Amino acid sequence: MDLSFATQQVIYGLTLGCLYGLLAIGYTMVYGVLRLINFAHGDLLMVSAYVAFFGIIIFSLPWPVAFLGAAIFTAVIGILIDRGAYKPIRKSPRISALITAIGVSFLLENLALVLIGGRPKSFPIPTLFNGSLSIGELKVPVLSLWILSLTLVLLVIVIGIVHKTRIGMAMRALSRDIETVSLMGIDENRVISFTFALGSILAAFGGVMWCMRYPAVEPFMGVIPGLKAFVAAVLGGIGNVTGAAIGGLILGLAEVLIVAIQPDWSGYRDAIAFCIMIVILLTRPRGIMGENLPD
Amino acid sequence: MARIVSLTLTFVVLMFSLASGKEPINLGALLPMTGSVAAFGQMGWDGFQTARKIQPEALGRPVELKLSDTKSDKVDSANAVSRLIEKEKVVAILGEMISGDTIAAGDYAERAKIPMISPTATNPIVTQGKKYIFRVCFIDPEQGRVGAKLALENLKAKTAAIIYDISQDYCVGLKTFFQREFTQSGGKIVSETMFKTGDRDFTPQLSRIKSMNPEVIYAPIYYTECALIAKQAREMGLNVPILAGDGVQAPEFIQLGGKDVEGVYFTTHFHEDMVDNPLAKKYLELFKKDTGKELDAFAAQAGDAYFILIDAINRAGSTDPEKIRNAIVETKDFNGVTGKITMKPDGNAIKAMVVSKVKDGKFAYVTTIMP
Amino acid sequence: MPDENPKRDKFLTFISLSFLLCFLWYADNHFSNYTLRILNNIAIFIILAVSYNLINGITGQFSLEPNAFLAVGAYTSAIFTLSPEEKLRSFIIEPMAWPLSEISLSFPASLVVAGVVTAFMALLMAIPVFRVRGDYLAIVTLGFGEVIQVVANNIVSVTNGPLGIKGLAPHTNIWWSWGICIFTVLCVVRLVNSSYGRAMKAVREDETAAMAMGINAFRIKTLAFTFSAFFEGVAGGLLAHLITTISPSLFTFLLTFNLLIIIVVGGLGSTTGAIISAVLITWGGEALRLVEEPISVLGFEYEGIPGMRMVLFSLILIFVMLFARSGLMGRNEFRWAILINWLKRRKTSEAKNQ
Repeated sequence: MDLSFATQQVIYGLTLGCLYGLLAIGYTMVYGVLRLINFAHGDLLMVSAYVAFFGIIIFSLPWPVAFLGAAIFTAVIGILIDRGAYKPIRKSPRISALITAIGVSFLLENLALVLIGGRPKSFPIPTLFNGSLSIGELKVPVLSLWILSLTLVLLVIVIGIVHKTRIGMAMRALSRDIETVSLMGIDENRVISFTFALGSILAAFGGVMWCMRYPAVEPFMGVIPGLKAFVAAVLGGIGNVTGAAIGGLILGLAEVLIVAIQPDWSGYRDAIAFCIMIVILLTRPRGIMGENLPD
Repeated sequence: MARIVSLTLTFVVLMFSLASGKEPINLGALLPMTGSVAAFGQMGWDGFQTARKIQPEALGRPVELKLSDTKSDKVDSANAVSRLIEKEKVVAILGEMISGDTIAAGDYAERAKIPMISPTATNPIVTQGKKYIFRVCFIDPEQGRVGAKLALENLKAKTAAIIYDISQDYCVGLKTFFQREFTQSGGKIVSETMFKTGDRDFTPQLSRIKSMNPEVIYAPIYYTECALIAKQAREMGLNVPILAGDGVQAPEFIQLGGKDVEGVYFTTHFHEDMVDNPLAKKYLELFKKDTGKELDAFAAQAGDAYFILIDAINRAGSTDPEKIRNAIVETKDFNGVTGKITMKPDGNAIKAMVVSKVKDGKFAYVTTIMP
Repeated sequence: MPDENPKRDKFLTFISLSFLLCFLWYADNHFSNYTLRILNNIAIFIILAVSYNLINGITGQFSLEPNAFLAVGAYTSAIFTLSPEEKLRSFIIEPMAWPLSEISLSFPASLVVAGVVTAFMALLMAIPVFRVRGDYLAIVTLGFGEVIQVVANNIVSVTNGPLGIKGLAPHTNIWWSWGICIFTVLCVVRLVNSSYGRAMKAVREDETAAMAMGINAFRIKTLAFTFSAFFEGVAGGLLAHLITTISPSLFTFLLTFNLLIIIVVGGLGSTTGAIISAVLITWGGEALRLVEEPISVLGFEYEGIPGMRMVLFSLILIFVMLFARSGLMGRNEFRWAILINWLKRRKTSEAKNQ
């Protein structure tokens, strides 16, 4: 295996990893605040993809408007899901909220299936994101550059919000102790809604980018990326934003490199990704960036 | 109050049965309307409904299609088929679309002695040792072999790379028989890579294929994955001809792949230009009018399964499942949507195979081969 | 409140079990095959739910691996009962590996082997898996489930890959499934009421405190894990011989989610809840098929929308969780004393009203 081949694979791996990372950040933020595995998060990717798709095809909006609309719509859906399905049972056992999360996930998938149909739709890719650059033997898809930079920018923004703003401080406080925070006069529901909105916007951007890279929009498109993003979030230490991004990158790189180096194992691609995760968790039981908090 | 309601209900039911006059013939439609392969089920359902519009009656009685969802799952397939047989009292069943779920349902239908025709379950083991299970599609060995011949003779390829979905029996079946035929006839498989349903990134597999320089890529997979593979291959400068199976014949293939799927060859059941009998022409026309879509291979075969069943019921002159079964076996040179179909006693169909190619954003006819 | 009366309770349990057997006998002779199939499904899901509840509810270890155990059990038992001729016939990609291609066992023996193999696998898994806790445990076990599925797709000479194993004899009937179901429930109830069961609950409530009291938490968790794996493996064998064909696609994480839904809706930690909810959800899934059928009421024609069943299912699921927040039963168990008490109170209030 020569150097250009390896570099090429790293580029592909980073692209896939960033997409996982974008989703994983949303996962991890909701988890950090509520200790809730929001299984419906992957399906938000599907929601944003359909909104952007219909925005461009049916309402013939220019793509920036459609993408922005998708982000806003997904954020609203995210808040609605929280208000409708998670808020009423915030005081109940954590596992009850997990089941409503699975319920919401099934609901979104099957609603899309009944209303829109299961046949995949082709996502229109704006010319700005098309094509690829040739550097020597390397081929760098333009979209890869967009995905990489978008992930980086969003990551910086999210870290900035979490660590530098008042609402971010409230989020961090909530993740330690919900009751005390509400005693201190902070409206915890506002903070949680904000978290859901932010996480959903990340999922929406992830969804739009995902669709441009893999342009097939279908009701179950969010399931596998959602699962992978969950793994990435756990890998990085669930609750930790930087960890989620790193976890996503590791997962993406591992998936691509394993197949590229040892194609005979390509049938075991998912198994190897999960095995890596299991090994990492066994050596670091709280993920790569996880803090050692008591349960 | 309750009594009044129930009385009115009985009355209404009576009125309806009187209005329709004759007792309908109940046929089961066993399809994955939800779950991972819901798209195939919805395509099949479109096909059945169009076919029913063309032939709404058999033996002078209206035909009623009882739809039962299998959730793309074996447990539900078995539940659904037993519900159709026991509760809906169907005399024959159309479906399932996927081999694995057809096997699950077929075992039950076989025991209940209810004939079942699958439009698209291509795996050889579906009809193996079964008396009541039929299909109107090719089986995987035939298609794999024709694919290999096509690669060797028409595309003059000596080396081939294979990429396929390890979790789909259809893909594994085609791949196995392609590989056997291709290597036996002097070709060489230089690379064999896999992925799993739901994967959307094929770049490492394709990079590997690119580094092996094959003359053709055999991709016996479904249309979504195949379109994405073509896209990613062209993007990395891998411009080798791609050869696929009937799983790609859907308008979505061209919509998803755009110019990147230009030149993709595939073996399939029919081509619109070759359709010559009046039934098929009518079907094509009505399907386009009703759904606004080009006819895909899934719906085309769903149509054929329906027509063959209605033809068999008419020939049997009865709705007795045993007689219908015997009539299905005797189907000979039936002019269906996908051409002339003859049923073999082992449940498989004899029909010509069409080779098509994507050209100028359309499926173009290449040749016809008798497997 | 009347005291617990072990003798009376045992008698009442015996009576009600006899009633159940009579009902099953009647069902076996009079019900349609479709109804019997649903009854079989219900029994299998009760076995699965009750044993999954042992590790998730009673011991409080949030794990997501039943699809892996079911797969191992189903494959083991299927490989052992499949006739050599069928093995020769249906393994068309690669012939089956020797000596598996020659072995054949009777159905009950294959169920036992399936249970033992699955339990052994759980034992091996427990060593690494229980090094992590909480949600990390969930994801590690979920990972194992995925790995098993991928492996089943890949080792074609054992599992026939994605083609799966077909042509199994339909051994599972109402007696096997309900017999094993009753046996499982009795075993689990006994275990839960034993000192081991109390240790499991102690681990659930506070692992550190339990360890301080001298409970070996790792051993207790492993015990619960292995015990539930055994019954899940047996249930896998039953399921395989009910639908007579299996393939890796049957054992996705959706199956685990389904079981998780069952035990949480029933009330996590309640065996009674697991049973009730297994019945409701398995039967309900079939009953909901109604909404996909054309119905005409008073001249109104409802076309029936394909796919509505799952939409409705998810809505019902969300509403049930919103209104019964700790599940239908919470952590309560059914006791004869409660029933008798309730009946007595009703009687007195009726007497008062008159």
